[in-house]
Amino acid sequence: MAVANISTHGTTEHDHHDDHAHSDNFITKYVFSTDHKMIGKQFLVTGIVWALIGGFLSILFRLQLGFPDMDMTFLKPILGGWIDESGALDTNFYLALVTMHGTIMVFFVLTAGLSGTFSNYLIPLQIGARDMASGFMNMLSYWFFFVAGVIMFISLFISTGPAGGGWVIYPPLSALEQAIPGSGLGMTLWLVAMVFFIASQLLGGINYITTVINLRTKGMSFSRLPLTIWSFFLTAVIGLLSFPVLFSAALLLVFDRSFGTSFYLSDIYIGGEALPNTGGSAVLFQHLFWFLGHPEVYIVLLPALGITSEVIATNSRKPIFGYKAMILSMLGITVLSFVVWAHHMFVSGMNPFLGSIFMFLTLIIAVPSAVKVFNYLTTLWRGNLVFTPAMLFSIGLVSFFISGGLTGIFLGNSAVDIQLHDTYFVVAHFHLVMGSASFFGLMAGVYHWFPKMFGRMMDAKLGYIHFWLTFVGVYMVFFPMHYIGIAGFPRRYYSWTNFNFADMYTDLNMFVSVAAIVTFGAQFIFLFNFFYSMYKGRRAPQNPWRSNTLEWTTPVEPGHGNWPGEIPTVYRWPYDYSKPGAKDDFIPQTVPLSSTPESNLPHEAEQVKLEREIMAEEGADVLVANESKES
Amino acid sequence: MEEKLAYTEGAEQPIAMHPKKFALWLFIVSVVMIFAALTSAFIVRQGEGNWLDYSLPEVLWFTSAVILLSSASMHWAYVSAKNDQISNLKVALTITTILGLTFLVGQWYSWEALVERDVYFVGNPAGSFMYVLTGLHAAHLISGVIFLIIVLISSYRYKIHSQSMNTMEMCATYWHFLGGLWIYLFVFLLLNH
Repeated sequence: MAVANISTHGTTEHDHHDDHAHSDNFITKYVFSTDHKMIGKQFLVTGIVWALIGGFLSILFRLQLGFPDMDMTFLKPILGGWIDESGALDTNFYLALVTMHGTIMVFFVLTAGLSGTFSNYLIPLQIGARDMASGFMNMLSYWFFFVAGVIMFISLFISTGPAGGGWVIYPPLSALEQAIPGSGLGMTLWLVAMVFFIASQLLGGINYITTVINLRTKGMSFSRLPLTIWSFFLTAVIGLLSFPVLFSAALLLVFDRSFGTSFYLSDIYIGGEALPNTGGSAVLFQHLFWFLGHPEVYIVLLPALGITSEVIATNSRKPIFGYKAMILSMLGITVLSFVVWAHHMFVSGMNPFLGSIFMFLTLIIAVPSAVKVFNYLTTLWRGNLVFTPAMLFSIGLVSFFISGGLTGIFLGNSAVDIQLHDTYFVVAHFHLVMGSASFFGLMAGVYHWFPKMFGRMMDAKLGYIHFWLTFVGVYMVFFPMHYIGIAGFPRRYYSWTNFNFADMYTDLNMFVSVAAIVTFGAQFIFLFNFFYSMYKGRRAPQNPWRSNTLEWTTPVEPGHGNWPGEIPTVYRWPYDYSKPGAKDDFIPQTVPLSSTPESNLPHEAEQVKLEREIMAEEGADVLVANESKES
Repeated sequence: MEEKLAYTEGAEQPIAMHPKKFALWLFIVSVVMIFAALTSAFIVRQGEGNWLDYSLPEVLWFTSAVILLSSASMHWAYVSAKNDQISNLKVALTITTILGLTFLVGQWYSWEALVERDVYFVGNPAGSFMYVLTGLHAAHLISGVIFLIIVLISSYRYKIHSQSMNTMEMCATYWHFLGGLWIYLFVFLLLNH
């Protein structure tokens, strides 16, 4: 009857959940844990490790770009043979660095590290559930991700180097071992790692969706869900629909690489010799890849936007402006994310008419995005702002979302894109709007929910230093790139010193590189703060940010099953901040409308009657209801 | 009264569906997306020309009939379990399993028929797609057969009856889905090969 246990888990087992001592040993508690809180922390720590690796790789190629003639012999202890006799970086390894930086940041840090951490950690806590729908699947999800990470990590150290065809792995470059060293074993390992990663994402996503739909506590209707949950839910939906397509694309690529098929390959000569493959279509891969690739942008961004909604509303001490508009705009983004993929392919030789359709659809995404920005700003407007580090990072996100989003309107126009395609303008655009914005959302989430995760507070002053160095640093890094891009600098080039037109921006590139190194260095302040506070931080109170959502009604360090005793019932939406008439400036979701007559709005006063009726029924009905659930 | 109101027991389950069943449907969605991607790729690639024309192996008609039959016997198994006719349930599940294995053998013969037609996995993508679509479907069908065998074993242990239908319902859903998926692929190939 293992099947039936899951449904009763939420209703019967937990009465004695916290009474009996768990015989957890180290392995079941910290390693193969099925508790959503531990799995969330595992994702977070793994994500941080990957962020450091990914960031370090970017520093390496920034050194090359900023200081092309630099003697890099001092890096020999780490890079070994990739630094040649004269102290220059190996050109193929440069391509591998760019590829791995992109892969690691997009998939391992901002997908698994962001959505994996907060979906796992917050969904059960904020909807009032004991755990995820399937703790076992959840554990598998983490360990598939871990295996993917191990394989990807190993690929960094093989003699031909890791994958080098760019994170988009376009064939034929990625399909032919003869093309570059990075398309050899490194590419094979990349594909294997990604298969594990896709499996991990699907297991996680299925779990998130099931949990949000099936395991909400009493009263937690969809119209009372915190926006964080809405964003995690929609992120999981996007992932569920798009990752299988990446799987299909990768599968065909594997067949082309290892079995000799010609899905993507046609009429290719290498070294004067014709390859046997005919009849393939390289553009086909781009279609399949970007059908995942574009939704992936929103898989990365939506959780950050959800976290920001929550943090901004809490720290503005105001209800979120346009709760329904926020949900609708996220729904709009979700739907639209699937019909804009070809804007990545304007220069692939597609029909210009088709291009203008995709341009039109792309520009429509500006509407829900602008709605969200407007709502963030109007939530901040005349609020009693509390500048916690999380709040600063959220405001930083809004800033990046605006400045990076505006250039998206340029790039969405096919005529402009043909000029700017694959230049540093694109690099600047997506690093601001997707990379930095999502990273700031991740940071906001860590600062905001650290007290819940570890029962201690992070140091706010170090948080401020971290924020300002990172915020200014990010703009210092990516703003100049717009100019470099408009000047026509293509991305992924090892050096431009061979081109006359590129001479004038040598100093600007140097500036960008220095800024990147400083910004990367600033992250160690965060690392210190994170790990120091985990053990030595100030003890956290139960509800440090005076927030409304359910996770703050759990004990400071919630045990297995989250709530000792019964799961709280929800009586109101999560954004009753500074409600006129109320004695506090926040009313948690667990406070019934009937106990706050002084602040109820007219329509809520009517709901009180309904609430009382339901309560009266519930009082007699509780047992019966539970029994029926057991079957 | 107010104090008492603040907490009531239990997680509401707003949708009357078992979480595991729901998860199965979501898994089915992801499988649908895999095949949607591959069949769209098929159409896009075909539109570019240089497409090998060949006739589909006749054995596919046979395997399609087999999988439809297996869906019928699956339904018989489901109804039997619902009415607590355990001996019928065992027979029906066994028949479904055998039909499932027959289908797989039939698909293997279709590959042999393709080779006889000089259509190989390596070569024109028209043929490669055929192998990928049938092969990937067969891989999913193998998982379905494994699921069936698990259900069959638990039926011998009297763990499936009208009061305990979850596993049975999930297995039936998955099996009907795999059958429907094959019919979709077959019709698709008939129209587009």
